[in-house]
Amino acid sequence: MSDTTPTPPLADLVRQVRKTREYRQLTDAIPYTRYMGIGVENLAGEMLCRMAYAPRLIGNSLIPALHGGSLGALLESAAVFELLLQTDTERVPKVISLTVDFLRSGKPQDTFAKALITRQGRRVANVRVEAWQDDRTRPIASAHALFLLAEP
Amino acid sequence: MSDFTLPEDKAARLERCSVFYTDVVPHNHALGLKLVDIGPAEAIVELPYADFLVGNPETGVLAGGAVTTLIDAACGSSVFLKLGRFAPLVTLDLRIDYLRPARPGITLTCVAECYRMTRQVAFVRALVHQGDKSNPVASSQGTFMKLEE
Repeated sequence: MSDTTPTPPLADLVRQVRKTREYRQLTDAIPYTRYMGIGVENLAGEMLCRMAYAPRLIGNSLIPALHGGSLGALLESAAVFELLLQTDTERVPKVISLTVDFLRSGKPQDTFAKALITRQGRRVANVRVEAWQDDRTRPIASAHALFLLAEP
Repeated sequence: MSDFTLPEDKAARLERCSVFYTDVVPHNHALGLKLVDIGPAEAIVELPYADFLVGNPETGVLAGGAVTTLIDAACGSSVFLKLGRFAPLVTLDLRIDYLRPARPGITLTCVAECYRMTRQVAFVRALVHQGDKSNPVASSQGTFMKLEE
């Protein structure tokens, strides 16, 4: 018999975290977000995503600047967590398409992201996301994404 | 600077472009990306399956962010190959359509082609598959800008 507690199915974990707001339990249950240092936080009553800076996130080591893929990962994760935690969707939304605009180079420091659900239908959700560092009015990347919420 | 010009010989070109996967770009190296083949304006890059890249622990499907990194890297390399040299480059935008879920445990291969290069802007398209190009996982379209040198 193993003495480790079995991981609860993701849907149970999501329902639990919606109540407890222990976001870390959810973001740590997903190997990739844990590896990328992407977490969810409540800052001044607002739910935000933060990607903690680590040298492995760098794309251009001369400038240095964050990898476009790191920023894309943060934007997409922010959209997924917004849908999982702020709506009552029962399963992990499947991304249909993602369009990222890279606006400024990402400095080697923590990056924040906020997702906004622009439309939520029965099957498809449209989400916009912005990422910034020091100054929220000067985003470094933005994205819009489509997600499939449920099969017909 | 002649130092940034890519060699004519294909094997030497592949080796020069590979530094972006082994040294210069920490995140490419961290994810395990490998440049496996090149064409005149084409880069073929592999992302081996790894547990730490999983986005859905119930299905074992890789996270979209890892696919985004794979595509961004391959697209950038295809621009260098089209140019025939390394030049400072930034991604302007990248659109990715997820055509089907990637099968767990299998390497992802991205084929990126820079199909048009203007004085400042490069246009790139890419396809991600798992061994069968006719059944792709994702398709992508991106633009890159060459910075002043």
